[in-house]
Amino acid sequence: MAQPSHLRELLKGDLGEADLERDLHTEHQILNMGPSHPATHGTVKFLIELDGENVVDMDVQVGYLHRGFEKECESGAWYQAIPYTDRLNYNSAVLANVGYCLAVEKLLEIETPERCQWLRVLSGELARLADHLTRCGAACLELNSFTPFIYGLEARELTWDLIEMLCGARVTANYIRIGGVKHGMPSDFPGVARGSVSKIHELLDDFGKIVTSNRIFVDRLKHTGMLSKEDCIRYAVTGPLARASGLPYDLRKDEPYLVYEEIDFDVPIGEVGDNYDRYLVCVEEMHQSLRIIEQCVERLEKLGPGPVNVDDPRVRWPAKDGVFNKMEELIGQFKSVTEGPRVPKGEAYAAVESANGELGFYVVSDGSAVPVKVRCRPPSLINLQPLSVMMRGALLADIIPTFDFINMIGGECDR
Amino acid sequence: MEDHGSTALRRLIEAQRDALVETHARLGDATALVERGQVAALLRFLRDDPDCGFDVLTDLTAVDYLGETPRFEVVYHLFSYTNRHRLRVKTRVPEEEPEVDTATGLWPSANWLEREVYDMYGIRFREHPDLRRLLLYEQFEGHPLRKDYAKERRQPLLGPRN
Repeated sequence: MAQPSHLRELLKGDLGEADLERDLHTEHQILNMGPSHPATHGTVKFLIELDGENVVDMDVQVGYLHRGFEKECESGAWYQAIPYTDRLNYNSAVLANVGYCLAVEKLLEIETPERCQWLRVLSGELARLADHLTRCGAACLELNSFTPFIYGLEARELTWDLIEMLCGARVTANYIRIGGVKHGMPSDFPGVARGSVSKIHELLDDFGKIVTSNRIFVDRLKHTGMLSKEDCIRYAVTGPLARASGLPYDLRKDEPYLVYEEIDFDVPIGEVGDNYDRYLVCVEEMHQSLRIIEQCVERLEKLGPGPVNVDDPRVRWPAKDGVFNKMEELIGQFKSVTEGPRVPKGEAYAAVESANGELGFYVVSDGSAVPVKVRCRPPSLINLQPLSVMMRGALLADIIPTFDFINMIGGECDR
Repeated sequence: MEDHGSTALRRLIEAQRDALVETHARLGDATALVERGQVAALLRFLRDDPDCGFDVLTDLTAVDYLGETPRFEVVYHLFSYTNRHRLRVKTRVPEEEPEVDTATGLWPSANWLEREVYDMYGIRFREHPDLRRLLLYEQFEGHPLRKDYAKERRQPLLGPRN
């Protein structure tokens, strides 16, 4: 005779009516995510407390890319810090160049020539475009959709080609100088730029067709990673993240620097402050950047070739023919290279609207050729701080798109 | 003491004169140097006074003036969304007792920024809820942005911790 099933007995015991009411004795789980996680394009570690799949609390641990940016800046000449600023946010290197040089120029009290200012805006907007393309493309990639990423990369490639043509390098451009830029616009640049701009518009439209109303993409982004307007203010969040939450603040409009006052562009504002709003704000900002680029190219064509550096002996590098033929110029060149400018004693804070928000530089000089302090206000770090607020109660999987749209760049966050 | 045309500095001179050491607006940046003991109360005033209304702590950092006394300076950059103006507040901190009151109760953004200042300069923020190092690891010895920390100094490499 067959024995009664033991399994059935067990099941009967476990699934009895009284047992259905029983607490399952689950407990919170601590999960380490990072520092090198395939779905976070940045070196950062999250220590997450999970209740099932829901985030109860998390500790964000940054610093894996710390390389002593400020210490390095404090041990070289003022101009030697510019290549380091390239490596802060390496997606939009020129914007950091501009921010640093504006702060030093504020201390030196120099006004750069008009042509230089337009070139700075042009190169900066190209950098912003590349940054936003990376952000939106990588977000798609990490949500497991490869094709839009390739469209984003193709557009970024065109942008980087333009940056290379204008600045001489693709990623870390090192284009901006204290008191000017490295060189003027190449004569064939406007034609190439116009072609690329219309091509990038097309690619952005293609990109939008695949993702903007894609059901999976929308479902992953809508109502995830929400941050209220009030929390944006409390946590000093700036940039597209704050604008997506409905905070109408853009340094280019509200505290215009360089020639932004003369440029016609709009600042997109979101409503609810979720990841989908952030995506829409970024896409619209890219179209606006393209608009600004067109206006810059047009104006620079009208201005024609001419000086792009301020004629101030403290920061001006002598022209080569002068160096080879005049003793004073040779000495000037020697002093410029070995020592660099002596910046008057004082302190200054200058900020630019970088791709991630307010990128500020607080510089202190004691009147010598070496800075006392070069502080970078990193929007990546400050925007990352409320991640634990955005994620409280959310699903574990929502960390990925939220982290993408915060666009934390390790180089800038950890400095 | 002068207000240099800044609303925030004018309000400070009216209401908090005792806490102020010096004001200036060189290069267009309105700045107030403040007594260390009164920094917390003054920051609260700056946030809550409607004419000041500094609802954002944009940045917080420190500077090491080695050789001067007091040695350190903690620098706050404030911004007001409502009134659209900025102010820099500074306070000197002595080497023997590198401590300031925390601003985390006023602006949560101060949390990481104060941790970074502690990490880099060893300045402690009283009543900070979680004063750990931010960028460096806990076994790191010294505070690298102090001017007497040699740039070439190396720290031991640590293996993974399980």
